[in-house]
Amino acid sequence: MTGVTVRLEGLVKHFGRVQALKGIDLTLTPGELVAFLGPSGCGKTTTLLLIAGIYKATAGQIFFDDRRIDHLHPRDRDIGMVFQSYALYPHLTMFENIAFPLRLQRVPKAEVKRKVEQTAELLGISEQLLRRPALVSGGQQQRAALARALVKEPRVLLLDEPLSNLDALIRLSARAEIRRLQKELGITSILVTHDQSEALAMADRVAVFSVGEVEQFATPEELYKAPATTFVAGFVGFPPMNLFEGRFNGAFEAKGLKIPLSPGHPGGKGYLGIRPEDIRFDGEIAARVLLVEVLGKDSLLTLEAAGHILKAMSLEGMQVAIGDELLLNFPVEKLHLFDAEGKRIQRQAS
Amino acid sequence: MRRYAAPLLFLLPATILIVLFFLIPVVTTVFLSLTDISTVTFKNPSWVGLQNYRDLLVDPFIPKIFYNTGRYVGLTLLFNVGMGLVLALLTSLIPERHGDNFRTLWLVPRIMPPVVYVFVWQGLLARAPFGIISDLTGINQGWINSSPWTTIILANGFVGASFGMLIFTSAIRAIPRDLFYAAAVDGASTWQTVRRVVLPLLRWPILFVTVYQTLSLLTSFEYILLLTDGGPGLFKTTVWSLHAYKLALSNYFGNIEFGLGAAMATFLVVIGVIVSLVYMRVFNFRELVSEPKIEVN
Ligand SMILES: Nc1ncnc2c1ncn2[C@@H]1O[C@H](COP(=O)(O)OP(=O)(O)OP(=O)(O)O)[C@@H](O)[C@H]1O
Ligand SMILES: [Mg+2]
Repeated sequence: MTGVTVRLEGLVKHFGRVQALKGIDLTLTPGELVAFLGPSGCGKTTTLLLIAGIYKATAGQIFFDDRRIDHLHPRDRDIGMVFQSYALYPHLTMFENIAFPLRLQRVPKAEVKRKVEQTAELLGISEQLLRRPALVSGGQQQRAALARALVKEPRVLLLDEPLSNLDALIRLSARAEIRRLQKELGITSILVTHDQSEALAMADRVAVFSVGEVEQFATPEELYKAPATTFVAGFVGFPPMNLFEGRFNGAFEAKGLKIPLSPGHPGGKGYLGIRPEDIRFDGEIAARVLLVEVLGKDSLLTLEAAGHILKAMSLEGMQVAIGDELLLNFPVEKLHLFDAEGKRIQRQAS
Repeated sequence: MRRYAAPLLFLLPATILIVLFFLIPVVTTVFLSLTDISTVTFKNPSWVGLQNYRDLLVDPFIPKIFYNTGRYVGLTLLFNVGMGLVLALLTSLIPERHGDNFRTLWLVPRIMPPVVYVFVWQGLLARAPFGIISDLTGINQGWINSSPWTTIILANGFVGASFGMLIFTSAIRAIPRDLFYAAAVDGASTWQTVRRVVLPLLRWPILFVTVYQTLSLLTSFEYILLLTDGGPGLFKTTVWSLHAYKLALSNYFGNIEFGLGAAMATFLVVIGVIVSLVYMRVFNFRELVSEPKIEVN
């Protein structure tokens, strides 16, 4: 099993008057796991179903390696898919569910048995094979769905929020397990999720979707360090980045705030962003504490400065109470600058 | 006793209905079947034990009528359920709007009064120049008389199929969309999806429609009455319920034999119960009934 290159070119999908996808361009390298991350209704599932061949694209093309596949029936695309609902066949046993794709290919009985048992073993559900899906736990159903997707040794694996129905603990172990399997098998995979920690933890690269569009396609590290747009900046990272709307002229000015910048940036309207964890408390921006939320070791502070509400993380050993006055420092090298359209302004070499 | 108070309370409404509309009529019928009650003896019927049943057994036409009933129920049922299934599947596969329109159209005969509906069939099948089929084919004959069974089965079947069609359509719609997607991704063609996913999931509605239709066909005779009146010829298309109706409620000789009719009806109830039990066996009823969702004790 070796993965293929998956290339989406200008994918557009309309449902009647609803424009679900406005033009998606993405290229996945072989064996890569890419996460589709975005808010509800932004077109993640639609993109998956286009790749799977359930939907027909309004415009655009899909390639596996150099072969165009968007006119093919789903069965000729060689994909495995796990649905958010798992979509196990309720009338079949777990064994028959996993065997289903093989039965359709008329694989000999003995081989079906061997492959199903092997896949079930791999996923740790050998004991449950004779039961109906309704009688096993959610985690076991999820594994059966994954087994059904993997048993036919697909070239591309599509996972639509496979973990969202699991409880927090199982979710963590399932993450690791899926990632390990995917690496081992080397299948090019797409994982749809709206849980950013899942995307950042599992994926080689993440495609951040806003409504019908990909805002940024980059490694988790890049997304965090250099968000391409204010949308990504506000979506990735927890708690999300503080964003201020204002104007650049030597410094950044937003009503009542003046934040010094390093020299060499354009003027005009734009946005300034800083992550809560990058704010320090040794500067001259006066702020008042509105709320303190304890998050284990440190606390998340909600602050008010010159009418702006912002978040900051407390430092270790710092004693803060509601109503305290703090003096904030926004370190120049930690600032993210965006133009009036919300696009990132590359920091000038200095 | 207290332990069962709640379950008994929950069962009460259904029990009352069953007693009122099933048990009491059945008991009354069985009771009547053991008497010689008729128009003549209406004031003082006498107890005759199993005499009515003995009379039925020796009636030379009863085997023929029994056979007719089996044939009528069996063939109409096949047409009904099969056609209902085919219609439901086809109208679910085409775009929803067209499917809905088609189904509505198919319901028209069901909302027509049976007499009007039979008029339509007679209009189709009469001799030229009145009968459309005779006009179109150039074969001028009374089609109802020349093929009475086909006419009866089709006339019943076209109406009956709409029932299955509605039940199956709603059952198909209730299947989660993801299952169809999963089947496609797993490599199933449309036909394979129907055979391996949809039909197995329709087992319960198919059982329901089959049982329901069998029972209603066993007791229905209005189209036969109106189309052929049990003819042409001696008992050619007379079925059990029609015969019972004639004996019990509309006798040529004016002496309406309630007792004998009741015996026939009792027989029909027994057949109905047996057939239902057989179906439940065949469809593995126990497995279809899901575990209770709440526990009352
Ligand atoms: N079959 C459909 N018919 C009409 N509109 C649809 C259909 N499928 C999706 N849409 C619309 O397309 C848009 C994108 O939907 P999609 O299901 O791809 O979102 P998503 O990113 O998967 O969201 P979620 O995280 O909630 O699953 C939505 O506005 C949705 O209403
Ligand atoms: Mg979705």
